[in-house]
Amino acid sequence: MNTVSADPKGVDSGPHFMDGDQAIAEGALAAGCRFFAGYPITPSTETAERFAERAPEVGALFIQMEDELASIAALIGAAWGGRKAMTVTCGPGFSLMVENIGLAAMTETPLVIANVQRGGPSTGLPTLTAQQDMMQARYGSHGDYAIIAMSPDSPQECFDVAVEAFNLSEFYRVPVIILSDETVGHMHEKVVIPPADQIQVVPRNNYSGPKADFRPYKFDGQGGHPMTQCGDGYHFHITGLTHDERGYPVMTAEQSKIVITHLMEKIRSNADQIIRLDEDQIDGADVVVVSYGITSRIAVKAIQDARREGIKVGSLRLITIWPFCEKRIRELTGKVKAFVVPEINYGQMVLEVERCAAGKSKVISVNHCGGAVHDPEVILDAIRKANQ
Amino acid sequence: MTTDIGKFKHDSPMSGVLRMERMPHIWCPGCGIGSEVNAFAEAIKRSGIDHNKLVVVSGIGCTGRVAGYVDFDSIHTTHGRAIPVATGIKLANPELTVVVFSGEGDLVGIGGNHLIHAARRNMDIVVICNNNFTYGMTGGQVTPTTPTSAITSTTPYGNYEYPFSLPLLADAAGATYIARWTSVNVRNITQSMEEALVHKGFSFIEIISPCTTLYLRRNRLGDGVDMLQYYQENTVLKHGCDTRETAIDFQGKIVVGKFVDKAKPTYLEAVDKCAVRLVGDDYQLYGKTIPEREAEEKAEKERVAARRAVVLAAEQAASEKAAVKAVKKVATKAPVKKVAAKKPAAKKPAVKAAAKKASATAVARKSAVKVVAKKAPATAAAKKTRK
Ligand SMILES: Cc1ncc(C[n+]2csc(CCOP(=O)(O)OP(=O)(O)O)c2C)c(N)n1
Ligand code: SF4
Ligand SMILES: [Mg+2]
Repeated sequence: MNTVSADPKGVDSGPHFMDGDQAIAEGALAAGCRFFAGYPITPSTETAERFAERAPEVGALFIQMEDELASIAALIGAAWGGRKAMTVTCGPGFSLMVENIGLAAMTETPLVIANVQRGGPSTGLPTLTAQQDMMQARYGSHGDYAIIAMSPDSPQECFDVAVEAFNLSEFYRVPVIILSDETVGHMHEKVVIPPADQIQVVPRNNYSGPKADFRPYKFDGQGGHPMTQCGDGYHFHITGLTHDERGYPVMTAEQSKIVITHLMEKIRSNADQIIRLDEDQIDGADVVVVSYGITSRIAVKAIQDARREGIKVGSLRLITIWPFCEKRIRELTGKVKAFVVPEINYGQMVLEVERCAAGKSKVISVNHCGGAVHDPEVILDAIRKANQ
Repeated sequence: MTTDIGKFKHDSPMSGVLRMERMPHIWCPGCGIGSEVNAFAEAIKRSGIDHNKLVVVSGIGCTGRVAGYVDFDSIHTTHGRAIPVATGIKLANPELTVVVFSGEGDLVGIGGNHLIHAARRNMDIVVICNNNFTYGMTGGQVTPTTPTSAITSTTPYGNYEYPFSLPLLADAAGATYIARWTSVNVRNITQSMEEALVHKGFSFIEIISPCTTLYLRRNRLGDGVDMLQYYQENTVLKHGCDTRETAIDFQGKIVVGKFVDKAKPTYLEAVDKCAVRLVGDDYQLYGKTIPEREAEEKAEKERVAARRAVVLAAEQAASEKAAVKAVKKVATKAPVKKVAAKKPAAKKPAVKAAAKKASATAVARKSAVKVVAKKAPATAAAKKTRK
């Protein structure tokens, strides 16, 4: 990935005390995001508010759209208009966005969406935490496509992940989803924003060769391909229809195979480059706790208590949710007695762990229906059970 | 003799405006969309606008395919979302001229919320709405503009809903340029498009047009040519008409004209005004101060005007040349001309067939519709059968 130092205009360097939502806005600005379109919804609104407040001084544009359908659509327009663009929402708004997440995936449009999760289904628990949209983030839109999703566990990581989300989004030309949660979103902590020259960002990669050779797409299952922007004279065309490399509709089974294979493989075949995990004492562990977001911080207490009881327990924290770290789980499968998967949903990422463990290691789901974080005692019990 | 399609496409007057490599297009014979696209191409040529700074966005539908055929930066979006995509483009790069070209089901049905909000913000984009009273692409279902009593595939016994009048809707929402034409008014459409392209603010052009295959057939309204004739006889030109008086009844009179053309700060001008108050004169959007952007805009305007002047001068010269030729022809071949002019009257069916073949544009331009023999009134017949 070709990177450059961040534009200092968007970087508010120094130590801050802010919540996770605000840190996402700061991370986006640092990464070069200059366009934000959104619609208010708890518990995500603070990101929009922060961006709106900062936009004039940074020279960015903020617009509150009429709904989330419009917000994601405006992002697609802005991305092809030449800007790095983002929006923020939670479940109900994300549900409205999914059709155009598909359009962004299909047209290979870089953009970032933060989903600060609250309890569902439907209006559910507007002000209370959850991690119930993990599968929706991956599979919400119809058809086969792939996205990248990351889950921060602190306001500091909200900042870091936001920068990374933009970088991945630009390189792979894919929507990247930040799966935060109400607790991380509303928790105030110290956030240190580095000086601009210590933040590496992937600049927009616009084509600059001869017009006759320009193609908006290259279906080789890889990232790193240039795009273009309106006004550069290439007269590009993009469509949500199945298309060829010129962007022109070709609606055949053969072309569908070419396009879908590319969309899937550019993420899957680069999973090793994309995935970030945070591991602790996994070597020699009998039990591995697989967690993410706020739940991993709750799990820390349970893991410490278990270790005090003499249980050899490691922690595998998913910073990257999608693509899922299949390879790492498969490596550990058979070596560990069991995986314990606490999450604030009825059991979503645990399905992925079970798939990769393929019956060769026990997998214990510690589910929770939202509205609060786990009681660490419940996770501790699961670790004890896993160790038997 | 074989026709070299490649050469034909290359030499076409539409080459450079339309993606000739994508022809033939998908539209049915007699469909109004084709003539609207012709008018649009003509308007672009005459406007002097830089083809590299123009973006066309469509939603989904038969009209939604327009973005796929125009040779500019173009985006075919999802159903109903062309306007917010256009909004994103315009706000990302204010130097661009952004045009939304889509159907009424797309823009006013599923996407209606975006239409009214873009109008409310006076977003500086042009929206061209092909209103054929039907969801063409999906087989001719009822739309928010289908006149009461019209038959569609989902109102098989006649539509019992109240339709929107689009000029009224756009006006109430805050659009600052509003015009309506039927697809027979090709020159007026072109002129309105030219005006809208340079109008600062939200422009809305409604074009009433025939969906021959579905709407006309189901309502037994004849074919495309019959409809053009109908339009010609039933449109009422009323520039500046109160938009409350623009409702359309089934096969009733259609009020056309330019209804609204007024100045109001655009969304971006409002953003600038607020930001400059806050940040001061060195406020920049995307690295450019307001005076810098204004200077660029002014320079571009001058370039556009210069290009437009060249096109108009060439047009003028061509029409003068044609006039001189015509005078000479009349002077030398007057008797022959008389005989030729009589022919159509004697051979009505042949002329009718020829007129049908001609594109809607050509038909409208030459006013050939008047030569077409009057059929038994399709309307009356249709009304009878519906009972
Ligand atoms: C979300 C969604 N719902 C429904 C459709 C199916 N659909 C495709 S085109 C269309 C109607 C288009 O009507 P209009 O905008 O009037 O265009 P026309 O075909 O008449 O030009 C519909 C309902 C779709 N593509 N997407
Ligand atoms: S179905 Fe109707 S709207 Fe669509 S191309 Fe045919 S005539 Fe035109
Ligand atoms: Mg229609």
